[in-house]
Amino acid sequence: MSPAGELDVDRLLDDPANNVLVCCGSGGVGKTTTAAALAIRAAERGRRTVVLTIDPARRLAQALGLRELDNQPRGVDQGALEGPGELSAMMLDMRRTFDDMVLAHAGRERAQQILDNPFYQTISTSFSGTQEYMAMEKLGQLVARDDWDLIVVDTPPSRSALDFLDAPQRLSTVLDSRLIRMLSSPARVGGKGLRKIVGTGFGMFSKAVSSVIGTQLLADASAFVQAFDSTFGGFRERADNTYRLLRSPGTSFLVVASPEADALREASFFVERLAGEAMPLAGMVANRTHPVLADLPASKALSAAEELELSGSAPLAASVLRLHADRVATAEREKRLLSRFTRAHPEAPLVGVPALPADVHDMEGLREIGRRLAGE
Amino acid sequence: MTTSEWSGELDQARLHFVSGKGGVGKTTAAAALALALATGGRRVLLVEVEGRQGLAQLFDTPPLPYSEEWIASAPGGGELRALAIDAEAALLEYLDMFYSLGFAGRTLRRMGAVEFATTLAPGLRDVLFTGKIKECVGRTDRGGRHFYDAVVVDAPPTGRVVKFLDVTRAMADLAKVGPIRGQSEGVVRLLHSGDTVVHLVTLLEELPVRETLETVEELDAADLRPGAVLLNRVKPPRLAARSVAAASGGRVDASRIRSGLESAGLGWEGGVLDGLVDETIEHATRVRAEEQARERLTTTDLPAITLPEFTDGIDVAALYELAETLGEHGVGGSR
Repeated sequence: MSPAGELDVDRLLDDPANNVLVCCGSGGVGKTTTAAALAIRAAERGRRTVVLTIDPARRLAQALGLRELDNQPRGVDQGALEGPGELSAMMLDMRRTFDDMVLAHAGRERAQQILDNPFYQTISTSFSGTQEYMAMEKLGQLVARDDWDLIVVDTPPSRSALDFLDAPQRLSTVLDSRLIRMLSSPARVGGKGLRKIVGTGFGMFSKAVSSVIGTQLLADASAFVQAFDSTFGGFRERADNTYRLLRSPGTSFLVVASPEADALREASFFVERLAGEAMPLAGMVANRTHPVLADLPASKALSAAEELELSGSAPLAASVLRLHADRVATAEREKRLLSRFTRAHPEAPLVGVPALPADVHDMEGLREIGRRLAGE
Repeated sequence: MTTSEWSGELDQARLHFVSGKGGVGKTTAAAALALALATGGRRVLLVEVEGRQGLAQLFDTPPLPYSEEWIASAPGGGELRALAIDAEAALLEYLDMFYSLGFAGRTLRRMGAVEFATTLAPGLRDVLFTGKIKECVGRTDRGGRHFYDAVVVDAPPTGRVVKFLDVTRAMADLAKVGPIRGQSEGVVRLLHSGDTVVHLVTLLEELPVRETLETVEELDAADLRPGAVLLNRVKPPRLAARSVAAASGGRVDASRIRSGLESAGLGWEGGVLDGLVDETIEHATRVRAEEQARERLTTTDLPAITLPEFTDGIDVAALYELAETLGEHGVGGSR
């Protein structure tokens, strides 16, 4: 396959067929900032855009001119935008999203039953897959509202980018009600057939699980799953639906990585996984690169710096030559890592985003990142 | 600048957790710390809990099994072993101590019992991990001496570490009686004792520093002891202080650079001079931001140790260099 070359961010943002852009990547690579910068750029290029962030720093809200971000999209002041489109921003509150989902779908009595269940309180706040599950739920709601041309989604911070795809499935597989009901009241539900299948291990299994997590929790979990099931038709089905959304036309994925070995390894896993799932990869953002700005080989700079240091005649120039040599070395390592990635994934168009020397604090900073994303 | 150094008190701790924001080099720092503590003939265990085989990648070895494997020698006859804790194996190990599971254990595994139980009780996984770690810390040889002089854990990132260590809270999920329950009370005692410290790795950038400060507060509130702050990937300062101040404000004396280049016989045409000026401004801006980050960290009053950036990335040789740097700051010195 011939290399796909440079990622054309503007074409991606402008294409009316693109409605959902999911930014993925391992933790610490600048996903949230990238998502916000893309959303601003899309809005200023004329699209009605909303950005769904997961765990933004407070300063991101401030940079967008919002006092705070919450679980509903808030419009960014039109006066702050330099273009014809619209921009809204929100931050996922997983507990609220889960509560809202329950309240919207269950009858009042049933909803209260679910909300009061101690197991629900655990799962809606501290299960590690809930954030991903609720991010997809929220995305589904935003799509259904049909108020926007483009939804830019940031994904939860995790070691692995794959978690975003796997967590909801994992949660639903485990909660798929049969096993849990069988455990909490094995006599009534499972029946002989299933017991035969799992064999003698089942008694042990049941005993071990309840001795570790307690019969009360199992009973709560079972009550929760039954109430949830009868209202929502099961976790698995619901997770499958949101998963389907990620495969539907108009959705594409942007993988964000810093030019570091670990982050690129995660990005590789993710790109391969997307291909395996037939989910469209829009491209790869190599975030915070350090391109060389002066065309001067490091070896020359270093020998000149040594010469100047010996004579002591030009200390500033000597320092500048040394910092230039450092920069060349960094840039070369980054180039090496990125070309290795491109060789392994020639199908992924890539754009390098040169690092800003300081942290971003305002709209203009985000706009500058947008310009760099677009290769300006 | 932070004035306090790595203290003898920190050296006395036998259980070291290493946390930090994602992407700051937590695993590297944990490995370097373990090597530094093993230097001079000690035996140290390095533990991984996130199931990513980060240690195997770092030391360039095949994936680690669920057993304590030799992974490197430390200078002066020290020995470093590594363990990748797996929740499933740890649970079966515990259950086996109380119920002789035999082949039923395999059924549990096949049915995904651990995945199941940890979904119902999210705290279970953490309790299993910390329980296994406690067992390693407390293990003694025939002579009654500790088998490991120290255990270093590549802990979950700052966002999750306090939850991970707050076993008391995790136990709320679990049965009121039972094998793991009894075991975890001992874990709580160990984690809150003088034997345990939590080190935080950070870059000198705004977000990781903020997370570090927040985590120190959280640790204090949970009555867990913060150890040292490890400043990772710090690049060498190249400019004199007054040049930093000027250049970070965009003021660079291009004519001085030009005459310097000329006297060294270098050409400055074709944008070279402008490029160097821009690079200088960026460098100075970053150095200023780093100074401010360092300043903010002093409020924690924790010892801070600077670890240098390796332009070519981290390999095993770089780990030994980092361990040496830690040793120069007193790590492992007073044991």
